[in-house]
Amino acid sequence: MAEAAAGRGLWRDAGRRLRANRGARVALALLGSVTLLAVLAPAASPWAFDSLDWRHLAEPPGLTAAHWFGTDRLGRDLFVRTLHGVRLSLLISLLASAISVGIGLAWGALAGFAGGRTEEAMMRFVDVLYSLPYLFIVIILSTVLGRGSIAVLLLAIAAVGWLTTARIVHGQTLQLKRREFIEAARATGVPTVGILVRHVIPNLAGTVVVYATLTVPQMILFESFLSFLGLGVQEPYASLGNLINAGAQEMESAPWMLLVPAAFLVLLLGCLNLLGDGLRDALDPREH
Amino acid sequence: MLSYALRRIAVAVPTLLVIITLSFALQRLAPGGPFDQEQTLTPAVRANLDRVYGLDRPLAVQYARYLSALARGDFGPSLSQRDFTVTELIGQGLPLSATLGLAAVLLAILVGLPAGIAAALARGSGVDYALTALAAAGIALPTFVTGPALALLFGLHLHWLPVAGWERGAPRYLVLPVVTLALPVAAYLARLTRASLLEVLRTNYVRSARARGLGEARVLWRHALRPALLPAVSYLGPAVAFVVTGSLVIETVFGLPGSGRYLVQGAIDRDYPLVMGMVVVYAALTLACNLAADLIYGWLDPGARRG
Repeated sequence: MAEAAAGRGLWRDAGRRLRANRGARVALALLGSVTLLAVLAPAASPWAFDSLDWRHLAEPPGLTAAHWFGTDRLGRDLFVRTLHGVRLSLLISLLASAISVGIGLAWGALAGFAGGRTEEAMMRFVDVLYSLPYLFIVIILSTVLGRGSIAVLLLAIAAVGWLTTARIVHGQTLQLKRREFIEAARATGVPTVGILVRHVIPNLAGTVVVYATLTVPQMILFESFLSFLGLGVQEPYASLGNLINAGAQEMESAPWMLLVPAAFLVLLLGCLNLLGDGLRDALDPREH
Repeated sequence: MLSYALRRIAVAVPTLLVIITLSFALQRLAPGGPFDQEQTLTPAVRANLDRVYGLDRPLAVQYARYLSALARGDFGPSLSQRDFTVTELIGQGLPLSATLGLAAVLLAILVGLPAGIAAALARGSGVDYALTALAAAGIALPTFVTGPALALLFGLHLHWLPVAGWERGAPRYLVLPVVTLALPVAAYLARLTRASLLEVLRTNYVRSARARGLGEARVLWRHALRPALLPAVSYLGPAVAFVVTGSLVIETVFGLPGSGRYLVQGAIDRDYPLVMGMVVVYAALTLACNLAADLIYGWLDPGARRG
């Protein structure tokens, strides 16, 4: 009973500290509006992400023009395409974060709790993958699985995202393992799985929430990076990465094609990082 | 020190072997082959192609052959660019990529460390805030945004530097790529150095050095700086890995004929030997740099050699 009350207190305190943080508040508001825009606007616009407007090819942006953010060389509306890209990037990164945080949590908690050889082997595996630049793993995976499908992209991104979470959770689990309440649970005969689910994982929640929030911008970055290189989302579908790539190629004649998606990417990344930092400060005020 | 070095090497070598084996296994077990895109091939031609490249042999034989060829520095023929071996392709591009990466790391050190030290010494001042904000921007912005943005500004608008391309031996073509690549690394180094120097300046031995009447400059150079640089040194290993992956983007953005684009093109063409060759070369490079960073760390901090 006392523990549950203390648990609520921690989260309520964190919520208060987060609301007091102006940077995080602004970031949350901006993020909310961009997300809302990305979900609603493409449906409200007369243009689809792949519809061609032959009368307005490579048109610059303007509020009075038929296309707010201009069009690309094929006459596709950049406003709609960019927001489609935002939506796809957010969707992929949220899913990939959920998958990779889930794997990392399970892997780290299991390794930390198992101890001995199993722990050694599991964490050594993480070390090996960690010592490779993540892009290699993603490129090998997309060579192996073929490119273009969103499922493959998700898998490739999630495959590298869980490593950091696994390491952090592993460290935290090692600390938790020595605590008295775990010992008490063990002494009263709670099975290992029960201890993991009931006692270890809830106590990791704060750390995991912080890293999950910081994982999302990482995933957006991975996704755009791969799409930029031509290994991720393929035409005619729009992602921030392949829009930036297309924009960079038309930079001399149509700079807005680069600037619009780049601005949205920077906005997303900035907001998510601010929010993650705010959450970290809110949940762990001792360290900062 | 020697046994510390040997221990580090004993970890690096098996790691490389695991990487080679894993990427070999993944690529060979995958559905789809390198000749899938050429739909006009008759079964006979296809069988011949597979035989020439040894793809019809059992996996274990292919693996043994690959390893023994690798030991001789032979990465095999490229499947997508039939007239070249993988060794030739990598050999063509690697010098430029290495120059690019090395220059970027050097620039990042030359800019990042002094910036971090300056910010720590001027803590709370306008200089500190400006540098910290710049560093935060440098870390958050991906190279595939900063690269085109810099090219747009300095190339297209100001006409100071070429937008893209590469003329042999003209260093001004490398300025923008190197700056783009160095930016995030310099930003990260500055942030690390600032934080660790601030921490060191609060320690007791720095206080007692000041109490002995030593000047600020002497306290900084003789006592504070060496331990404060440790986090930056251990970041250099990951930094090199970052520069290696960053160079893929930089070479695409600025149209440079380095080796990074082979990794991407190889993945698109499913050219196994090319991708494998690039992965092995880059992984060896990354591991070597991590090893070097570990050794420098061990030299700077004797405590790290134990354990």
